Amino acid sequence: MTAPVLAVRDLATHFFARAGTVKAVDGVSFDLAAGEILGLVGESGSGKSMTGYSLLGLIDPPGRIVAGSIKLAGQELVGLPQAELRALRGRRMAMVFQDPMTTLNPVLSIAEQIRLAIAAHERVSPAAARARAADVLGRVGIPDAARRLDAFPHQFSGGMRQRVAIAIALLHRPDLIVADEPTTALDVSIQAQIIVEVRALVRDLGTALIWISHDLATVSALAGRIMVMYAGRIVEHGPIGAVLRAPQHPYTQGLLGSLPSRAVPGQDLVQIPGLPPSLAALPAGCAFRPRCERAAPECAAAPDQATSGSRGWRCHRPLGAGAA
Amino acid sequence: MSASGESGTAVSVTGASKQFAPLVALGDRIAAALGGSVERRSVRAVDDVSLEIARGETLGLVGESGCGKSTLGRLVAGILPPSAGTIRICGEPVMSQGRRPRKLTTRVQTIFQDPYASLDPRMRIGTIVAEGPVHHGLVASADAAAYAARWLAKVGLDPDAVPRYPHQFSGGQRQRIAIARALAMQPEVLVCDEPVASLDVSIQAQVLNLLLQLRRELKLTMLFISHHLGVVRHVSDRVAIMYLGRIVEIGPAETVYARPQHPYTQALLASVPQLVLDGDAPGSFRPIAGELPSPLSPPPGCHFHQRCPVALPRCSIESPQLRDAGPGQAAACHLVASR
Repeated sequence: MTAPVLAVRDLATHFFARAGTVKAVDGVSFDLAAGEILGLVGESGSGKSMTGYSLLGLIDPPGRIVAGSIKLAGQELVGLPQAELRALRGRRMAMVFQDPMTTLNPVLSIAEQIRLAIAAHERVSPAAARARAADVLGRVGIPDAARRLDAFPHQFSGGMRQRVAIAIALLHRPDLIVADEPTTALDVSIQAQIIVEVRALVRDLGTALIWISHDLATVSALAGRIMVMYAGRIVEHGPIGAVLRAPQHPYTQGLLGSLPSRAVPGQDLVQIPGLPPSLAALPAGCAFRPRCERAAPECAAAPDQATSGSRGWRCHRPLGAGAA
Repeated sequence: MSASGESGTAVSVTGASKQFAPLVALGDRIAAALGGSVERRSVRAVDDVSLEIARGETLGLVGESGCGKSTLGRLVAGILPPSAGTIRICGEPVMSQGRRPRKLTTRVQTIFQDPYASLDPRMRIGTIVAEGPVHHGLVASADAAAYAARWLAKVGLDPDAVPRYPHQFSGGQRQRIAIARALAMQPEVLVCDEPVASLDVSIQAQVLNLLLQLRRELKLTMLFISHHLGVVRHVSDRVAIMYLGRIVEIGPAETVYARPQHPYTQALLASVPQLVLDGDAPGSFRPIAGELPSPLSPPPGCHFHQRCPVALPRCSIESPQLRDAGPGQAAACHLVASR
């Protein structure tokens, strides 16, 4: 295994709201190698998007990265001035957002948006920019790309718009792409097309990809490794097959059990009781404790990370059987 | 209750179509009156659909966005009048005829996708739940609060929710309130339009379990609309697959998922990534080629022929009718008949 492209250590992003401090990301550590796809899974409010935003330095006040380190190809990003972050964003690291309707500028043609994205980081002639735009659009599966360069976003379908957003993210061949729920807004058949294309692109370009999603099935089709987040912490991580086959954290097991596609039709689903906790008032100890049927007195203390081979979990009472 | 209401059919949709046309501008109307030709582009969101749902049965309605599944749901729920065809609930028409159609029955109620938009933020929960029943005389206004509390308890909420407002509840709890509001009307038929799509996975399971339990308890008939094939399979007795306004396949859920007959159903089922638990290989799935055509100008013949891997020349000319394709199963494909 090569040196990691991305090394995150004890990252903590907090929001200082009037109602109290919201610990959106609370001590997250992981490594990511070139060409690797990491699935980051969790429910809304688990901190998965905020982890992605923190990596790109996109946290706005009242939020702030309060601790930890993010190293992109050895360079420390935490504490970097905005101007230097801007020089990195789009070039060394890029983001694809959930909603392709709002990420593209409605009044600029596709060619112009791509030209601006190139010109942000290098000098380029209009003709060369056009050629590159056509090339990159072709790569993400837009048919007849050269002819559609002068189209505007509203003339594209949702799936095509998301392809344009992915094309823009790929323009400078970044080391890292963070994709935040990129196919959630798309139809099933279009989602499958994009997953297949992204998988091939990552393989060809050697970009490291973090795929943030709430959908375990999509992540399992794409990622090699998975991290499950709950209440700002990574509660379980490891190779995707191993984690899904034999989850160690009761929360991961609960997520798997609540999938209708894995249950006998018509029978009650295994449900996780209760609601995700408010990040402004987390229970002491393990944050999942109030919803966990395995909870015991020792869970009142926050569990440390346990590791076994390439897997890890934060639980005093892991499920055990079948653990690697 | 009428005689036909006692029969085994709770919902019957016969030849229902729904067209949406843009308002014609004044200039165009004048031009038309003077004999000019004015193009009117209309969307046939639902195109000659017929189906029946037996009492106590759940029919799942699946399709991609823009296929008309929600519009069909709204026709069944009496929210929109059909452009053609009839819809009956327990033998009685859902809406009146004429220029200003009105909903005639309270026997069908709806649960919508977004519980943030479907509950009036300025109304107290008790009023939200009891407004309909009080208006329709199912309960006296003096008993409204107690009645609301009873239904809230049935959906797993604390009765002290009655004086509170929607913003004080989470998405999952709001969807429970929406379910209580629909059921407080004591309907026979429940139209569920993507009822769990906006909820987190763990909350989805809670709400699905609740719907299944209430269905058993109240012997509800359901039209369950979703784009999520897994969810539909889980709750449905039968499923109907829609594509650009038409039903392309219908049949028992188990059979349709195991032996899909229409090429679109086959492609749709194959395009969903499956959760794989054996080996570290990623899940197998195969995307459908091409994009959904615009509903404004659907392709002639079979709407699916351009994306269909097995299309014949006649598929682009002649639109196929639903034909028997196994016990209780029917598919609208020319190839099914020749099998």
